[in-house]
Amino acid sequence: MQIVLQLIFTIIAIAGIGLFVRRLMGIRKNILLGRDANYTDQPSARRKNVLLLAFGQKKMFRNPLVAILHFFVYAGFIIINIEVLEIILDGILGTHRLFAPVLGAFYSFLINSFEILAVLVIFACATFLARRNIIKLKRFISKDLDGWPRSDANYILITEIVLMLLFLTMNSTDQVLQSKGYGHYAAHPTGPFLISGWIAPLFAGLSNGMLVAIERSCWWLHILGILAFMNYLPYSKHLHIILAFPNAYYARLQPLGIINNMPAIQNEVLYAMQPELAPAPDTNAAPARFGAKDVFDLTWRNLLDAYSCTECGRCSAACPANMTGKLLSPRKIMMDTRDRLEEVSRNIHANGTFVDDNKSLLHNYISVEELRACTTCNACVEECPVSISPLEIIMELRRCLIMEESNAPQEWNVMSSNIENNFAPWKFSPDDRDKWASEML
Amino acid sequence: MHVPLMSDYFANGETPEVLFWVGCAGSFDQRAQKITKAFISILNKVQVKYAILGKEEACTGDPARRAGNEFLFQMMAYQNIQTLNNYNIQKIVTACPHCFNTLKNEYPVLGGTYEVIHHSVFLQQLIDEGKIKMKEEGSFKGKRITYHDSCYLGRANNIYEAPRKVLEALDAELVEMKRCKSKGLCCGAGGAQMFKEEEKGNIRVNLERTNEALEIQPEVIASACPFCNTMLTDGVKNREKEEQVQVLDIAELIAASML
Repeated sequence: MQIVLQLIFTIIAIAGIGLFVRRLMGIRKNILLGRDANYTDQPSARRKNVLLLAFGQKKMFRNPLVAILHFFVYAGFIIINIEVLEIILDGILGTHRLFAPVLGAFYSFLINSFEILAVLVIFACATFLARRNIIKLKRFISKDLDGWPRSDANYILITEIVLMLLFLTMNSTDQVLQSKGYGHYAAHPTGPFLISGWIAPLFAGLSNGMLVAIERSCWWLHILGILAFMNYLPYSKHLHIILAFPNAYYARLQPLGIINNMPAIQNEVLYAMQPELAPAPDTNAAPARFGAKDVFDLTWRNLLDAYSCTECGRCSAACPANMTGKLLSPRKIMMDTRDRLEEVSRNIHANGTFVDDNKSLLHNYISVEELRACTTCNACVEECPVSISPLEIIMELRRCLIMEESNAPQEWNVMSSNIENNFAPWKFSPDDRDKWASEML
Repeated sequence: MHVPLMSDYFANGETPEVLFWVGCAGSFDQRAQKITKAFISILNKVQVKYAILGKEEACTGDPARRAGNEFLFQMMAYQNIQTLNNYNIQKIVTACPHCFNTLKNEYPVLGGTYEVIHHSVFLQQLIDEGKIKMKEEGSFKGKRITYHDSCYLGRANNIYEAPRKVLEALDAELVEMKRCKSKGLCCGAGGAQMFKEEEKGNIRVNLERTNEALEIQPEVIASACPFCNTMLTDGVKNREKEEQVQVLDIAELIAASML
């Protein structure tokens, strides 16, 4: 019987991890559908960003209270996973609390720490559920999240609470069984733990069979839950727990005020002004698209952003356009980019290569009105805890609108022709540019 | 008062310490011209050897680039960089955060590398060096002043302290809005919004920001950007508070309070 369970466990664990890795590789492939861009300069600044922004969650501390709660969940998640190592080894080897005899008193210290963290995780997740569903913070009831994204957030929080409860219940029943001197539980005395020891009396009246059943169920549900949750991650906003790290490493290091240069146009203007510099035209070169119409035209960096977004909505809450009732929501820009990329990926999967579906990120997902509302104020970029730039995508789509589709509001056409002819966005004569100087007393 | 031109310096084989980049707003917008004149009066008083480009200056291309018209941006950048490089310009000061950002951050990759300083930093340096001396009883002494962060100065370039340090010289009562510094709320003008009608919404961005400023009952809303100045001035007029609340550039505040 025991060997059968070990075998079943091993198969499930390998399958769970295998599926997870396969999906991650798929996501990597999707991200690499984007244009190339260089984000590998200044490695030391990048490593520092990983420490500060990802491990240290620096941006979260713009709101310290929420940051601390989030830190509980994050620390809980990472640290409690050390316990998962023991659980997996126990499962494969058919042992029980493999590390207990090896680590001795340190084992109790570890489990005590995990239990405290587990309680903090439960507390934080309950608070987060309340913020979403009872207090109804504005950024959580936004229509951006209607449907699946809102449920997604709740499923994640509920799952985390359930996993922690299973862990605590498992330890409680284990301890009762130890105190009753039952079977192999007695052979691995750990003594009472901090939190589970406190709830253990609740289970004291149960029969040994019942206790074993509960303890084993919790053990299995806990580890199966973790494997299932791991495979849920890449389909969920919760993927940020992994991608926050690469996203911090590949963070944009230049001042936020810079809009990316377009060397193709720079050269075109240069050759128009100084034709002697122009190289012989390459007749084979495919005409490049100016700006981005679809996900292929964005960089891999933009697409990594899209998968890293956890839909927290700090960007949209800080967006001057969004808060004054305009259609633009930087969070929706990121969600749309990811949704379109997933659609493209399914298309490629079904057809072997991408088959035109008469859709694009611009227009079918993100409307002109949304793009027109952006003031390029960088509030969204500044707020993002995981170094996402919605602004870069907005700018690339705007470029496509203007330069590929000649789609501009009339006032912008007037502005452009003024800049071109009068060297100022208004209709004044360039000869009057320093007229003010002659008015100085 | 004579405003020296770069071409005059060049003709005499001289170079000024610094080029004052006036910008389109500072050149043509009636309200912003007052900021330009105030800054010129400071430059004259502290006897900085400066020049302007005059008719040779052209739009940096900031609004064109942000509207999505990269061709036009590149044309303007090419033209301006030619002008600046021909004069061998080393140091530029400007009162416009948009010109500042473009000249400082976006021109180097196109072949135009200069030391670019925003007038807030420039004024702070002059104050720190003791070159700007304030009147004992300045007109803004003890006045309640709030500073509105320009996005292109603040988040775009991390300049939060310099304009505040400049205001401290006024010996005024400085109060902060709830959304300030890196959390500062945009005036609504950036990204070429200045030149088009706002999209549909509940409230205009400049009114949202003006309401926030008026909540803390300032006598002066200080700005360091001609576009923010316009947007907030419009907001204050909309709330019919122009009698009680002035919207002034930091250069105007200093020019009115210095010896």
